[in-house]
Amino acid sequence: MSEIRLSIAGMSCAGCVASVEKALNNVPGVVEASVNFAEHTATVTGDVDEALLIKAVADAGYEAAVMRGLDDESEKQAAETAYYRASMRKFIVAGVIGLPLFIISIFDLLPGVEQARALWLGIGLLSLFVLLYSGRHFFIGAWKAFRVHNANMDTLIALGTGTAWVYSMIITLFPDIVPAKGRHVYYEAAAIIIALINLGSALEMRARGKTSEAIRRLIGLQPRKARVIRDGRELDVPIDEVGLGETLRVRPGEKIPVDGEIIDGSSHVDESMLTGEPMPVEKQVGDTVAAGTINEQGSFLFRATGIGEQTALARIIEMVRRAQNTKPAIGRLVDKVAGVFVPVVLIVAVLTFLAWYNFGPDPRISYAVVTMMTVLIIACPCALGLATPISIMVGVGKAAEFGVLIRNGEALQEAGKLTAVVLDKTGTVTEGRPAVVDILPLDGHDRATVLAMAVAVETGSEHPLAQAILSAGEAEGVAASAAESFTAIAGHGVSATVDGTRILFGNDRLMQKEGIDIGEAGERLAALSGRGNTVMLLAIDGRLAGLVVVADPVKPDSAEAIARLHKLGIKVYMLTGDHADTARAVADKVGIDEVFAQVLPEDKDKHVAELQARGEIVGMVGDGINDAPALARANVGFAIGTGTDVAIESADITLMRGSLHGVADAIAISRATVRNIWQNLFGAFIYNTLGIPVAAGVLYPFTGLLLNPVIAGAAMAMSSVTVVTNANRLRFFRVKSS
Amino acid sequence: MNVFIVNGLGLLIIAGIIYWFWLSKPGAQKAEGETAIDVIVDNGVYDPARIEVPAGKTVTLRFIRKDASPCAAKVVFDDLGVTEELPVGKPHDVMLKIDEPGEYAFTCEMQMYRGVLQVV
Repeated sequence: MSEIRLSIAGMSCAGCVASVEKALNNVPGVVEASVNFAEHTATVTGDVDEALLIKAVADAGYEAAVMRGLDDESEKQAAETAYYRASMRKFIVAGVIGLPLFIISIFDLLPGVEQARALWLGIGLLSLFVLLYSGRHFFIGAWKAFRVHNANMDTLIALGTGTAWVYSMIITLFPDIVPAKGRHVYYEAAAIIIALINLGSALEMRARGKTSEAIRRLIGLQPRKARVIRDGRELDVPIDEVGLGETLRVRPGEKIPVDGEIIDGSSHVDESMLTGEPMPVEKQVGDTVAAGTINEQGSFLFRATGIGEQTALARIIEMVRRAQNTKPAIGRLVDKVAGVFVPVVLIVAVLTFLAWYNFGPDPRISYAVVTMMTVLIIACPCALGLATPISIMVGVGKAAEFGVLIRNGEALQEAGKLTAVVLDKTGTVTEGRPAVVDILPLDGHDRATVLAMAVAVETGSEHPLAQAILSAGEAEGVAASAAESFTAIAGHGVSATVDGTRILFGNDRLMQKEGIDIGEAGERLAALSGRGNTVMLLAIDGRLAGLVVVADPVKPDSAEAIARLHKLGIKVYMLTGDHADTARAVADKVGIDEVFAQVLPEDKDKHVAELQARGEIVGMVGDGINDAPALARANVGFAIGTGTDVAIESADITLMRGSLHGVADAIAISRATVRNIWQNLFGAFIYNTLGIPVAAGVLYPFTGLLLNPVIAGAAMAMSSVTVVTNANRLRFFRVKSS
Repeated sequence: MNVFIVNGLGLLIIAGIIYWFWLSKPGAQKAEGETAIDVIVDNGVYDPARIEVPAGKTVTLRFIRKDASPCAAKVVFDDLGVTEELPVGKPHDVMLKIDEPGEYAFTCEMQMYRGVLQVV
């Protein structure tokens, strides 16, 4: 049973309270739901899914959000610290007892078991204390795992150290059962191995803490308090008490507490922590602001539109977390090996014992026990299992620092393999903010008429080019008539009737289609297009009446980012619905290899498929909305954003800032991460495939060399630490654009 | 004589390992649709480690992690593409609906904690 607090927006009367309460009470699992009209909140008790509550409120015609701040990492960190301390304590106890025993054993400082049985019995009991105090969890874990037909690391450690102790105790109590040469005891090995493995666990915990640095940094972005305005008074309240629709004030230098829309004032906001974009963004009334970003000089009021888990910051954290927990294909294969590893090692240990017992030199039993013990101790499936996820964790987190949100491990792995990148032109290579730069009236019409007609037919359209026309009309104070019989012809333009005349407005293909002769204007059109402009033609009653020239400036860093892609060995293509000359001019400016021009929106994915058929591994970069099929078709789809408004999760990789450098960053991080995974896997694989045979004594017949079980313990304890430390190197990865 | 006994015992242990860890399975605990089934995460094992769930019905597995070691930090249902972080000492619900009958493993990241969802 739990209590959930919801912020409810849209309630205007006491009657609303009843309908929201009814909606909530009808959700399965709700024991009680009560709505506070004054606070616009609801408190729900029961065993219930939050998503169902939000849906129930939405179905009733209101809006709800769970009121809580992002969970902080402090509890997790406290648990990790406690575990670290406990492991260190166990290490110190085992080390303090084990180290002197180890020195005694190496330098043979004490008489043998036959001569000083009582002394060795005491040492045996001391090492038993180590096993029980510092190693109890291994034995309990091994036994519990055994009962459910499972074998794990604990099994190997418990069997290895347990064998050492039991064998030593038997020798101490009944020395005569083995030949004189074999009366060696291994109490020190049991104690030191337990010490080393506890030390390894503690160090691994420390190193692992650093792997989640990126997520901690993101969580740390959310402020704890917010300044809300209630009944005309400004109050500082905890972040989880801010409701939807409340008005908040942000002062200079403060963090923005929740997502919202500015209703008064203006400022510049530093969004670099979310988008990687270093330049502060200007914000005015009507603009959106995101939780976690920092207000610079100005002060403003804003209305909360997203709280708790609805904020862009929360969604970014959720996406990064989820991605960090996914595995690419290489990881799955390794898991299959790790899954059967321990029982296989157990069998290898028994076979080692039998081999030494049957074919080894005297004292055979001694050799058989020591080699079996060493095999059990040296094997480390953890390093294998850890190799992939730990690198993904750091790699995905690192990418987020640069405003690159990777959806999953598979996308991370694929991005590194790309051989070709297809860029959508508008908004990707260019700013995506086209503006009218010239109007050329023809056939006796004047400039104002051409613009007025264009404005009339484009009113209401959301197309970026239409926006450019409407802005020009507004700037020039054009009074346009209403258009009738409006038809949009995808990839061509629009047709409509204005003041009884038929207007066609679009590209040259529209004119061709409608049989309109463009005559000498064709040359001007080619010349203007050749300079990278988009030229739209206007026809009135079947005759060409003018050209409207629109330019969309290239982003200042597009050329540099494309050069980086070339350096990474990637071919760069551009897709656009524009005229071929316009497209070529833009492509030449930024160094694009090949252009697909005059592509209809529905054909974009076909070009991606065509490149794939040529054997290319294709990344498609678009805005994530108009390019959805092409993004889905590509091996990796990149949605390029313009700040925190970007539709997160619309593609395999989301680039929070509008720069194409994000594509090169993502590919560079992907390659570095995959390289890191291979290093880890290679290390873990080599370690186990070399370590186990050496521990079993395969070198003995040739070199007389046998591995000391204590060395095996040290190697095992450090193998996982090495993997985590290698993954942590990715934290220092720097992309060239930064 | 000793040699025969030791070798015989060795082979018997190997047969035992193969039987116990690969051929035989622990008894499964049945999960009913409505109520959550508690899975204790401690001492290197999920308890219960084998859970029988009905196909096509949503079941809730309530993981209660007692082991603070990093190994127990995540539970991974690899075949289902589900990975959840488990907080220490706080119950964490994982809701699953599996349509296809069969066996679905759930493990820790390092494959040391191992459990099986038996979908019937």
